[in-house]
Amino acid sequence: MNLNLTLIGQLIAFTIFVVFCMKYVWPPISGALADRQKKIAEGLDAADKAARDLERAKSQIEDELKQARTQVTELLEQANKRSSQIVEEAQEKARLEAEKIMTSAQAQIAQDAAQARESLRTDVAKLAVAGAEKVLGASVDQAAHKKLLAQLAKEL
Amino acid sequence: MALQNPTPSEYIQHHLTNLTYGYHPDNGWSFAHGAQEASEMGFMAIHVDTMAWSLGLGILFCWLFRIGANAAHSGVPTGVLNFVELMVEFVDKSVKETFHGTSNLIAPLALTICCWIFLMNLMDLVPVDLVPYLFMAAGVEYMKIVPTTDVNATLGMSIGVFLLIVFYSIKIKGFSGFVGELTLQPFGKWMIPFNFLLEGVGLIAKPISLALRLFGNLYAGELIFILIALLPFYLQWFLSVPWAIFHILVIVLQAFIFMMLTIVYLSMAHEHH
Repeated sequence: MNLNLTLIGQLIAFTIFVVFCMKYVWPPISGALADRQKKIAEGLDAADKAARDLERAKSQIEDELKQARTQVTELLEQANKRSSQIVEEAQEKARLEAEKIMTSAQAQIAQDAAQARESLRTDVAKLAVAGAEKVLGASVDQAAHKKLLAQLAKEL
Repeated sequence: MALQNPTPSEYIQHHLTNLTYGYHPDNGWSFAHGAQEASEMGFMAIHVDTMAWSLGLGILFCWLFRIGANAAHSGVPTGVLNFVELMVEFVDKSVKETFHGTSNLIAPLALTICCWIFLMNLMDLVPVDLVPYLFMAAGVEYMKIVPTTDVNATLGMSIGVFLLIVFYSIKIKGFSGFVGELTLQPFGKWMIPFNFLLEGVGLIAKPISLALRLFGNLYAGELIFILIALLPFYLQWFLSVPWAIFHILVIVLQAFIFMMLTIVYLSMAHEHH
């Protein structure tokens, strides 16, 4: 319980320890703590930003999907329209072709019929002449009766 | 001189005596044999055990925290660094709550006080007879291993704090400001002697109360451990275990109180009234 030199010794020791702590212990540790605090704050900021970016990307994807969907519907519609148009055109073309073929066939038929009628007519005229020769017993003068024969052939 | 079958009062006396080296009027520079010789040495003596244990523990503190400081980085902390950072953050928070200026000294000072006092108090939990008997077997007569039960140790620290209080008071307020604070309040200039008496007592009471609070708590705790050690062995654990558990609280609390009061006093020294 005596006050003695220990007091001074303790004071000196205390001073030395405080100075040591102040010079070599406190600055690096509090510096590291401040650095870490900054790093964590930056990390959290980055995480926030990433989350926001993700949100934005998601909404962008949704928008694009929606757009793509409408585009697809549009394209489908167009394609449908186009296909029906093509079908119609083909039908029209086919109809025209068929008509054309029909008309040409009809023309051919009419021509053939006319030809047949013509040949028939001449044949009939010939037969008539032959018949008449047989009936009359003399030859009919072709030249003299040409007019008559032509009229006959026309009447047939 | 090991005590053979000591009486209780001899036993207590022995446990409360420091290993003292000093200048004795009759024997010259020597170790004191007993409390009587130690007190005869007066001021020219040194408590070797107090000095050795406190220096050792202080060096332990510096070494431990230096490891932490060397390992300090801004990545994920591990091991010692975790513990060191925990302490640093705790002290830093305490300082920032109380002290609002900027100072490179106060936070490390508070950390040193807190850890050093805690380590010195912690020696109180070492069984009271263990170390003294080991040293006695080695021929050392007295060994008090708790430096904070020596009023020299606590007063040494509190005088350090007191010098800092005076230093900062003068640095912040100027010499005249400091003197004015001591003499011109609370009653104005016509009551200067009375004011000085009041404020002077207030100023001196700071280091004295710091030192005696810590010393008194630890001395009393140590004394009770010694008294428990005098009981029959089958009763000792029954009392010493609860007391030791309670004392864990005292140890931490006293270190914390010394630190907080230091911060408060120094922040008061920084403020103008």
